[in-house]
Amino acid sequence: MSIMFHLPIIVILIPLTAAYLMPLVGYKWKRLCNSFAVVALLLSFLGSIALARLVLTNGPIHYHMAGFKPPWGIELVADYLGAYMCVVISFITLLVALYSKEYITKEVPEPRRPQYYTLFLLLTGSMMGASVTGDLFNLFVCFEILSISSYALVSISGEGKALLAGYKYLLIGAIASSFVLLGIGHLYISAGTLNMADMFVRLPPLYGSWTVLAALALLIVGFSIKTALFPLHVWLPDAYTHAPCSVPVLSTLVIKVGAVAIIRLLFNIFQPSFVMETIPMTAALSWMAAIAIIVASLFAISQTDIKRMLAYSSVCHVAYVILGIGIGTELGLTGGMLHILNHAVTKGCLFLCVGAIIYKTGIRNIRDFGGLGRKMPATMGAFTLAAFSMVGIPPTNGFISKFYLALAAMTAGRGELAVVILLSSLLNAIYFIRIINITYFGIPEEEAEIDEAPLTMVYPIMMLAACCLILGFGAELPLTILRPAAQALLGV
Amino acid sequence: MLEEIPLEFLLRHYNYWTSVVLVMIGLYTMIVKKNLIKKLMGLNLVETATFLFYISMGDVEGGVAPIIAHGEHATDVVYINPLPSVLILTAIVVALSTTALALALAIKIYEKYGTLNSERILELM
Repeated sequence: MSIMFHLPIIVILIPLTAAYLMPLVGYKWKRLCNSFAVVALLLSFLGSIALARLVLTNGPIHYHMAGFKPPWGIELVADYLGAYMCVVISFITLLVALYSKEYITKEVPEPRRPQYYTLFLLLTGSMMGASVTGDLFNLFVCFEILSISSYALVSISGEGKALLAGYKYLLIGAIASSFVLLGIGHLYISAGTLNMADMFVRLPPLYGSWTVLAALALLIVGFSIKTALFPLHVWLPDAYTHAPCSVPVLSTLVIKVGAVAIIRLLFNIFQPSFVMETIPMTAALSWMAAIAIIVASLFAISQTDIKRMLAYSSVCHVAYVILGIGIGTELGLTGGMLHILNHAVTKGCLFLCVGAIIYKTGIRNIRDFGGLGRKMPATMGAFTLAAFSMVGIPPTNGFISKFYLALAAMTAGRGELAVVILLSSLLNAIYFIRIINITYFGIPEEEAEIDEAPLTMVYPIMMLAACCLILGFGAELPLTILRPAAQALLGV
Repeated sequence: MLEEIPLEFLLRHYNYWTSVVLVMIGLYTMIVKKNLIKKLMGLNLVETATFLFYISMGDVEGGVAPIIAHGEHATDVVYINPLPSVLILTAIVVALSTTALALALAIKIYEKYGTLNSERILELM
């Protein structure tokens, strides 16, 4: 067996091993922390690309940890969706790590910087682990590592509000973890196994059981909290507002991993026919998502703090992913999973731009943005492009995934959901065009000396802004792996 | 169709009921109490109830620990299922680290605001 077939574990182990070595690096050579993290993430990104290519040519890779055969041993399954998530996660985190070099010098106190990178790498490794695991308990463990590291990252700046936001996130997130753990226990009682593929085969005769239904309910609620689906999103706005701007970018990936867990639960553990026909779980999810999209957009319009506005916009856009899952057709799932990448890229770009603005000026209120368009042309240009993508204006990537979702809703005979998508695009336009208007045509109250952000911050921003266009024109690129992913999930 | 559950079955499995009641008490504590440490205690109750649930599920009445002495294969012995206990060891470590992080945050919050009452802190913000 060549080293290529060990890739599923290698891509996870690189960031995790680097995370364990990071305190040592930080202790001996403080300046090298950033380079060390960037190199580790670059290796992981290259590994993920190789993994995705391998999965595309050879089909899903089943990796048995330490050689124990499933269902006894832990199995990693790098299927189409898992490999795709690995590429998305390692790409975005690599850019955020580059960006962090200058950015955290203002946001994170000096002695805490090695810890910042440690948590950062732990978060990355566990997110990839949660995407490719084939074992239910392993999924829980990965989710715990990523949750605990993101609670700590939210409060890393050590300011009072950040600490409180982290505490709130921790209490709600830990409840979600307990629900997930209870749900896994119920499934284990019924099926006698923890391996997802094994459970998929063993569960159907038990579908009449209360225990299995309770498990489904507990797991859905638990993962919905982690995904910040609308009525359960309360932790998210505070956490995003008070954390340093690089953390919400990672956090948008965290909530996407929650959505991936919901996909795994509905299509890899339960049979699609059960969650669609026997219990209308997907229909319920699609309605929840529709309400979430509208309400979160309305909340976003009423915000004046830019980070809080983007936070509500994240609640809105993660609901698009859930909407795609809820529609439950091949087209809907493809659109939902495509939006995972597109939203990660665009929201990443927006948050990094806001980070650059705060780094240079300290401005957070939207009304004070006047004149920034001339002073920070690169940053604000990228911001504008990403904002257009959020609204869904062609030829940006946001248009492609919204188009896919609307088309899926129409072909599935759920025209009302297409109306929701259109309406939400209008609401998105209201709050993004308002900012663009102020930045380019507003007049600053006082003429302050503001110039462009440092190059290590502008470069990742430009990369992400370019990706908004590249993924708009070249949507075929992610779709080559997403079409087989959706087919594999639905079993067609 | 969903199966019917006989009442006797429910009564015999009182340890599961205990865990359900503990989860409810924990959630109630987290919602009602204003003190951040008391909220954390509620969370720990929920977690402990989950542990109880897992340990009950691995237990078999009259079962012994699944250790096979060298060379002896007794066939009439009933073994308990060790897997849930192993799983819950992991979950205990997770709960411990969550609690440790929460307490560390609580200390920092107390240093900043001088109180742990969530309503007082909101006034101070």
